[in-house]
Amino acid sequence: MSAPVIPGRQVEQARSRQPTRRNVELALLVLVWLVGSLALLLVSMGAADEVVPETWTVIGITGALLLGIHLAVRWLAPYADPLMLPTAAALNLLGIAMIARLDIAEALRAAANDTDAPGSDALDQALWLAVGAIAAALVLLVVRDHRALRRYTYIWGLTGVVLLLLPMVPGLGVTINGANLWIQVGPFTFQPAELAKVVLTIFFASYLVQTREQLALVRHKVLGLGVPRGRDLGPILVVWAVAMLTMAAQTDLGTAVMIFGLFVGMLYVATGRRSWIVLGVLLMVVGGLLAYTLFSHVQVRVKVWLDPFAYANDEGYQIVQSLYGFAFGGVMGAGWGRGYPQLVPFAENDFIFSAIGEELGLVGAFAVVVLFAILIQRALRTAQASRDAFGALLVTGYAIILGLQVFVVFGGVTKLIPHTGLTTPFMSAGGSSLLANWIILALLLRVSDHVRRPDPVIVRPDDATTEVVGRP
Amino acid sequence: MSELVITLMRFGFLIALWLAVVAIVLVLRRDLAAPKEARPQAAASRLPSPSAPPVPPQPRAPRGSGRSSSTPRKLTVVEGELAGTVIPLGSSPITVGRAADSTLVLKDDYASSRHARFFPSDGQWIVEDLGSTNGTWIERTRITGPTVLRVGAKVRVGRTTLQLQR
Repeated sequence: MSAPVIPGRQVEQARSRQPTRRNVELALLVLVWLVGSLALLLVSMGAADEVVPETWTVIGITGALLLGIHLAVRWLAPYADPLMLPTAAALNLLGIAMIARLDIAEALRAAANDTDAPGSDALDQALWLAVGAIAAALVLLVVRDHRALRRYTYIWGLTGVVLLLLPMVPGLGVTINGANLWIQVGPFTFQPAELAKVVLTIFFASYLVQTREQLALVRHKVLGLGVPRGRDLGPILVVWAVAMLTMAAQTDLGTAVMIFGLFVGMLYVATGRRSWIVLGVLLMVVGGLLAYTLFSHVQVRVKVWLDPFAYANDEGYQIVQSLYGFAFGGVMGAGWGRGYPQLVPFAENDFIFSAIGEELGLVGAFAVVVLFAILIQRALRTAQASRDAFGALLVTGYAIILGLQVFVVFGGVTKLIPHTGLTTPFMSAGGSSLLANWIILALLLRVSDHVRRPDPVIVRPDDATTEVVGRP
Repeated sequence: MSELVITLMRFGFLIALWLAVVAIVLVLRRDLAAPKEARPQAAASRLPSPSAPPVPPQPRAPRGSGRSSSTPRKLTVVEGELAGTVIPLGSSPITVGRAADSTLVLKDDYASSRHARFFPSDGQWIVEDLGSTNGTWIERTRITGPTVLRVGAKVRVGRTTLQLQR
């Protein structure tokens, strides 16, 4: 018999030196907050030639919130990845600065027209950041071990589908700007699809951990690709049907693309079979063609994408103004407050990236892209290091969501792909999106804390007794 | 405000923004390099391991060049976090991977949970990949099926290299 070689105690000592890196996180957060505050001040100086009073309020609120969430992480997830929080905070602060910049433009416009100045969206966004940060702390507090989420697999799935279809309920759903994405409760409007993606990722991860062995089976090969068995096609078809239904109900492509892309991506990661990607792309093409023939607004989006300048004064106005913005910004940008991002309709949510491109130029826009890339890399790195399949799939799912959203939005505003209505994570104005993304961040922090935490005592099953010591 | 101040503020902010990004990237790089820095300490603290007396200075060159008539007696980790660990070869197979029930448990993100298996057959030792993500390599070739190992052959699994020794 060969004796198992597990250098338990020694490995434990080596790993217990694992630093928590919380001070690094704090230092980066302070740096990022200083840059964000500088942005807010420059916005005021550049656009209004004075420091508007809201600026100091927003700087104070964001500083207090970031410190608060940092302390929460220190207490609840001490070994979490030190880069996720600063990266997300940087994106959030840049978003708030740009929203503050558009606020000033709106106030000037209102003053010119002798109408009342609208409320401060930047202040609203800072308050939504507070809601998001508190939600993130609560998630960290309640979910002490992400594996507990696996207990409610099908409840998550059901919740996700209900959230997706909630705007269809008469009396609850409201249609804003032609898309039926919102529900109204009292004075608040909310986009339940944003929360649906959080919940559905938990469901997909949990479900795929159970079934991936089956779904990876292959009966025969066509063109070097294993073809999945017929009866295993069920799940992907069901998700496809749900995505199509959502699209039909909401008259919006974005959510459907995201949900289906998320499932296909996770299916590939769980099984390692490229054929799922091929199948997913085929189904997406079929879905796209169906949507194109059935819905006129999809036809408009494609038409505008192919030749926006032919419709520069009607349907293509938004995308054309966005392209002009990028052109005006050039490489170095016009400077905070020195461009005209307010000319793009909905610059504060769908088109915030073109506003960044206009005022910060290619250099600033690249910084944003790099920040997103870092956040996604940290999530994938956590998945790679994760020793439980559920945690790995969960964070991979969130990485896919972030990546897909960034690609669809940035691709849309730069006319690489047809524009679909999705929000830019952490940047766009909008409470639902911010809340959902901070919950996602909390779950990423939770899994990375679990991954980086040093092992307690390694207990090796003995011949006589088998004891398993869980984590504290 | 003068045009100069505006230009200075414009470029100043971009520099500040990229400084923050670079700071994050620098931490990221340190984080990626961290396991390497920790390695010598981990190896040093493992030396007095009672379960398997390690042989610290491993001869890199194979002792028996070419096919040796003598049978291998041990499998030694020559590279990686567990360098210095020796597994005596008996009659039972040896599994390598991240799974806790492997004979050699690797803490290596580039290894699969059930990565490779070594087993004896007719006095020879054979290595087999168990469907790992990054593959099992002998010297610079990725193995595709069960492969007979010569004494002195180096097998790479993730960031760990194992050598079959007499």
